[in-house]
Amino acid sequence: MTDAVVSLLGVGFSYGTHVVLDDLQLTVGAGESVALVGRSGTGKSTVLKLIDRLLLPDTGSVVVEGRDTRQWNPITLRRRIGYVLQEIGLFPHLTVEENVALVPRLEGWPVERRRARAHDLLELVGLPSSEFGNRWPRELSGGQRQRVGVARALAIDPPILLMDEPFGALDSITRQELRNEFQRIRRHLRQTVILVTHDMDEAFALGDRVGVLERGRVTFERPAMTR
Amino acid sequence: MRLLSFWMSHREELAAMVERHLFLVLWSTAIATAIGLPAGIVAAHRPRIGRPLLAAASIAQTIPSLALLGFLLPLPFIGGIGPRIAIVALILYALLPIVRSTAAGLRSIDPSVIDAGIAMGMTARQLLWLVELPLALPSIVAGIRIATIVGIGTATIAAAIGAGGLGEYIFRGLSMVDSTVILAGAIPAAVMALLADGILTWVERRLSPGHRQRSAAVPLAMATAVLLLIVVAGGAGFGPGRADTIVVGSKNFTEQVVLGELLAQTLERRGIRVTRRLNLGGTFICDRAIRSGDIDAYVEYTGTALAAILKQPLEKGPDAALTSLRNAYGRSGLSVLAPLGFNNTFAMLVRDEDADTLGLTTIDDLHRVEAQWRPGFGYEFAERADGYAGLLRTYELRFTTPPRVMELNLVYRALASRQVDVIAGDATNGLIKALHLSMLRDNRSYFPPYYAVPIVRSAVLLARPELREALNTLAGRISEDDMRAMNAAVDVEHRDVAATVRDFLDATLPN
Repeated sequence: MTDAVVSLLGVGFSYGTHVVLDDLQLTVGAGESVALVGRSGTGKSTVLKLIDRLLLPDTGSVVVEGRDTRQWNPITLRRRIGYVLQEIGLFPHLTVEENVALVPRLEGWPVERRRARAHDLLELVGLPSSEFGNRWPRELSGGQRQRVGVARALAIDPPILLMDEPFGALDSITRQELRNEFQRIRRHLRQTVILVTHDMDEAFALGDRVGVLERGRVTFERPAMTR
Repeated sequence: MRLLSFWMSHREELAAMVERHLFLVLWSTAIATAIGLPAGIVAAHRPRIGRPLLAAASIAQTIPSLALLGFLLPLPFIGGIGPRIAIVALILYALLPIVRSTAAGLRSIDPSVIDAGIAMGMTARQLLWLVELPLALPSIVAGIRIATIVGIGTATIAAAIGAGGLGEYIFRGLSMVDSTVILAGAIPAAVMALLADGILTWVERRLSPGHRQRSAAVPLAMATAVLLLIVVAGGAGFGPGRADTIVVGSKNFTEQVVLGELLAQTLERRGIRVTRRLNLGGTFICDRAIRSGDIDAYVEYTGTALAAILKQPLEKGPDAALTSLRNAYGRSGLSVLAPLGFNNTFAMLVRDEDADTLGLTTIDDLHRVEAQWRPGFGYEFAERADGYAGLLRTYELRFTTPPRVMELNLVYRALASRQVDVIAGDATNGLIKALHLSMLRDNRSYFPPYYAVPIVRSAVLLARPELREALNTLAGRISEDDMRAMNAAVDVEHRDVAATVRDFLDATLPN
């Protein structure tokens, strides 16, 4: 693929003696959405952390936008990647709107632009800022927090979006709802998405391609369903 | 009621003490926060450095406050009497709660929040300022609150080394055995601690994550603290006072406070500006203070100076004593002015009734009761060369019961209430008459004369010749009876020191 945005080339990674990834190959093209499924402990989160340079590979290389992550300045790289963590980690001392507007603030955007952006994003994830903008994270339900997490990750419109079990901790009705919601959101965005999940249905619903992570490698079972 | 009228009549002094107390506590807490906050951050982020840091702070905390002040006293720069050393001691006490609560606050942050910050590309500094510190703030404020409350309490002890503050009333009350005066200092200190607790608890609650008025609370609290610091710093101040005022000190018992006030008023009547640093502490504290320039003048006793300070052989004749004193002090840049007149020698005192029934008139007569009686002394008499050990040697006395050692001002009442049977007191103490005590004659001339003499820094005398002239008007003007009467007025009749001295000066030196 010539327009590869993220590629993992022969990546090996182990925690101490425990080998997690072994000669892993994965290439994700621009605007593509790839879902990785696997049982817990198969290294799904590790793949995302390698892409965000929270970890560096033991062997092989991780290339993002044509450059090895070892050569990226970690801060610059992470600003080009939106990352929705499994536990989300909303800042409890900031309101919903402040949470979403934090990365723009770090990027030095003027207040008005920050506010407008947070407003639009909250609208997009179905939490109108007139109603939710001034709430505190603890005043939100689990599903609402998840939506804020997605809005926060998209704040400066990064070219890459990583999602770790994005809807994992939620009840099945909310999961279904958010899944549909995310498909709707995807149609508005141009991001390259890599998400990991343990749920097959979720993987097929959200990924253009679905890879199975097993024994340190990814295999693509079959082409994604055409819509 | 007595308490209220005491406050009313001392309101200016009370305001100055409250201000000084605030000054000590605010500065020490502010500096301790400036040191403790970064130390707490290091302790949380790098446990290997943090653990010994916390251990060191814990050790400082365990040193009894009076002992800590004693350790700091002889150190250069921070040592010496006055607020500086008190602030250093208070900082050491305030560090532990601040370091510990800062570290605890940082460690208790949900790790996923930190992960989210790192993943979104925050630098370590941004993470600290935007995420970690705001989340740890309630815990940090809790630490500052505890440090402040502990500081307000501990600062009362600072009066022992002349740092001032509300502890001065407490110590004064202790030495006068007057609970009203103790309460006059203790109650404002307690109120101050409760107020600090209330205010900082309020701030702490405001700062907990997800509080509506959170953003307003931080600047508000900071502005208040800074404002207080400025107000208090303007009034108090580190130095011993403005250059053109003479700083008069005194030891911490009634006669000394009266004599300090006497020097001060005598100077003031000649238009010389005076700063009073009365009730500083014992002999050694006053000596250190005048040598370091923290005070310019105080009244010493010839015998005390020779034996306890200059460690010279005891001279029996008053003139010989004065000459060797002038020589020894002169080498240290201190001048001895003319004696005030009275001789406040140590006096071995017994109850009148015992003196009558047992026919005790001299110290030698104590041989008759040495098997049954228990002696009682102040701390200094127990230690000094011209004190207890020498007395036993000279008179070949052997008391079967070991002496009870206590605060000097308590021994008179201990004698009157039969807790001890013979004490070493001052010949001029006002309580001798009031408590019906008799003085035993020093028939073997053990005690050297203790004539009261003003000691003044020679440099000050050179620069201000009118000082010597003013103080010499007191030469030979105060008899033993005069001194005993003034002491009794303060100790027994609870009269105001300043008023007692004013009446004496009006009667003795009218001009």
